[in-house]
Amino acid sequence: MSQETEFIPYIVKPREDTGLYNAKFGIWLFLASEVMLFGSLFSAYILLRVGSFTWPVQSDIQNVPIGAINSVVLLSSSIFFIRAWVALKADDIAKYKKFMYLVILFAFIFLSLKGVEYYQHFSHHEYPKTSVFLAIYFLMTGLHALHIIGGILVNSYYVGPGLYLRDQNKQWFINRVEVAGLYWHFVDLVWIFLFSTLYLL
Amino acid sequence: MSGTHDPAHHDPSHSDSSHHHQQSFWSQYVFSTDHKIIGIQYLFMSLFFLFFGFCLMLLMRWQIAYPGHPLPFIGKLFGEHNMPGGIMMPQFYNQLGAMHGTIMVFLGVVPLGFAVFGNYLIPLQIGAKDMAFPRLNMFSYWSFLVGGLLMLSSFFLPCGAASNGWTSYSPLSDIAHDGQTIWLFSMAIIIISSLLSSLNFITTIFQLRAPGMTFERLPFFIWAQLITAFLLLLAFPPLEGAAFLQLCDRLLGTSFFLPSGLFVNGHVYDVSGGGNALLWQHLFWFLGHPEVYVIILPALGIVTEIIACNTRKNISGFGMMRWSIIFLGFLSFVVWSHHTYLTGMGTNITAFFQTTTMIISIPSVIIISALFITLWGGSIRFNLPMLFALAFLPMFGFGGLTGLPLGLAATDIPLHDTYYVIGHFHYVVAPGVVLGLFAGIYYWFPKATGRKMNDFLGHLHFWPTLITMNFVFFPMLIQGLMGLNRRMYDGGATYNFAHGVLFWNVIISWSAFIMFLAQLPFIFNFFYSMFNGEKVDSDNPWHSATLEWATPTPPGHGNFTKPITVYRDPYSYSLEGAPKDYSPQDQKEI
Repeated sequence: MSQETEFIPYIVKPREDTGLYNAKFGIWLFLASEVMLFGSLFSAYILLRVGSFTWPVQSDIQNVPIGAINSVVLLSSSIFFIRAWVALKADDIAKYKKFMYLVILFAFIFLSLKGVEYYQHFSHHEYPKTSVFLAIYFLMTGLHALHIIGGILVNSYYVGPGLYLRDQNKQWFINRVEVAGLYWHFVDLVWIFLFSTLYLL
Repeated sequence: MSGTHDPAHHDPSHSDSSHHHQQSFWSQYVFSTDHKIIGIQYLFMSLFFLFFGFCLMLLMRWQIAYPGHPLPFIGKLFGEHNMPGGIMMPQFYNQLGAMHGTIMVFLGVVPLGFAVFGNYLIPLQIGAKDMAFPRLNMFSYWSFLVGGLLMLSSFFLPCGAASNGWTSYSPLSDIAHDGQTIWLFSMAIIIISSLLSSLNFITTIFQLRAPGMTFERLPFFIWAQLITAFLLLLAFPPLEGAAFLQLCDRLLGTSFFLPSGLFVNGHVYDVSGGGNALLWQHLFWFLGHPEVYVIILPALGIVTEIIACNTRKNISGFGMMRWSIIFLGFLSFVVWSHHTYLTGMGTNITAFFQTTTMIISIPSVIIISALFITLWGGSIRFNLPMLFALAFLPMFGFGGLTGLPLGLAATDIPLHDTYYVIGHFHYVVAPGVVLGLFAGIYYWFPKATGRKMNDFLGHLHFWPTLITMNFVFFPMLIQGLMGLNRRMYDGGATYNFAHGVLFWNVIISWSAFIMFLAQLPFIFNFFYSMFNGEKVDSDNPWHSATLEWATPTPPGHGNFTKPITVYRDPYSYSLEGAPKDYSPQDQKEI
């Protein structure tokens, strides 16, 4: 591992002129492409809605309370992530684990509530093919849920089997967790936009 | 040879010993994380795809020149379903057309320009040991391979491959057969591959530059790759999103792109409706237009390197070229709707996209002009790469000029979907970009293999290719101006008004067949010279000033044998007071 950090510079320490280490640079670029991905879907939403004859009153067929609770759930998990990262930087590994487990737990709560909502839609015979609104709703929230699942996998790795990486290089491990955190915050942010667009507007 | 700064020719077997761990054949050459091996893997695959896509086109050309005539010798090989008795069926023709475009663009030219040369050269030219994320790089290659092979495999479906044009316009492709589903899945995989490559390239260029390698000292090739990577990074995700939408339409019965009351075969199509077919066109061309620059810019970068080296002088207006390419990158995101003038967007939107389209020609012209002006007063060496690069300039310029009438709505509307469009963009891509990419292969072949490609075979490749290309594409412009539609299965035979220009079909097709023969010397040369070519006598056979030639030949794991510091601009040729006509970037004294 130490060979790897010598072979490719700025894995651990930031480069002076950019002020970033490689993975942080990479994740910002990745998030930029994610903005374009979700941006294209939001644009599609706007175009479909503007061009349609009938559009349901979204708050009537959506479960707004669950959506609001889910927003709080995801925002809390973001805060827990920051606490976990701060604990990791302070070398308090027990606290890091505690908060990281909370992050994952809250992600699961989010997915479960999302599942309840999907179930409610299905039991009202509301499927993706029923209307364009439901189609774009299921597609966007489904894609977002995939991102949540991806985040759960990464976060579980860094609190479980991936912990051995910390023994090899502490700072590098802190960087990895920070990058995972940036991704996690982004996924939360997307939800805020999804909630306001698909439930409230 | 006066390659004085180079240590004598390195023996690759111990040049890389300092970093070398004993690796198995598989981890060294197949599942390699070394950017050079990955670049070469991409090279083989993208050349294969280019050749494959070219062959698809040759089949179509037979049908266009001799509609309804059985294809001699090989016609029966394609099965009773596709070509009964050697006569091509319309649905097979449509598959060939769609797959020719898809393969050439997404699996041939873009990987060759971006992934091959980018992978091989970016770390070498910026003085880095590898990419910033080597394992991610390997993942990019393997997902590209999986996506590409999945795309090819769709020919073996009972219904055949996708047949809705490379643009896959909805609603036709929403209701088409299953080949389209495979197309969407493989596109999604290919898009992921190029997203990861592009973020890897950008991170590498920003983070891993050697000490002293400021942005002003980056070679133009690196600038071209940087802008290309940004275009891929930001323009490809919308197509990924569009692919998801179309997959939902096809698999879940949604109607994102299906309007209410759509008639198919005389019956109302049974979906909820309410969608918008134009949404697909906008999402597609939001990628599609930056994609044009993704195709062009790497070739521009390659040609700039070759012209600077072979005129032995600095590029005139190098600073202007950098700003032009940045500006071009930004502007390429706001020109996409010049592909959709015919959809009735309204005059205000049309006026906007006309204006941006006219403006974007300015930076392109600046770059081409700078390259032409560079030739003035240079001591030009007419070696093979330079021949290809010199042919690139007028051919690419011609391709750009023929695009102007398509950028203006008034002239685009009659020309839309005619052979004029085909002639225009093929002039940009084939005699333009592909010649530039060939130039790159001939130019960097000695670095990768330690041997030069054969000169005679190279000329045998160059001259017939250049001449036949013009006989293929120029008549298309004439046909298109006469109104010949581009997707005619019978080459336009049923259209009375096209009869005056139909004789060109035979000339075009035979030129294309001869062009096929002209590629055989290249294929032979490529493999023959790899093992039997003339050995280069130094690490820097072209006497170039850029960093990739400061490595041993071929570069080992870790690329450089000594720490690199950069002292000067990339094109430091014929400096006053210098002992020789090139001053390598990594040499302190000129």
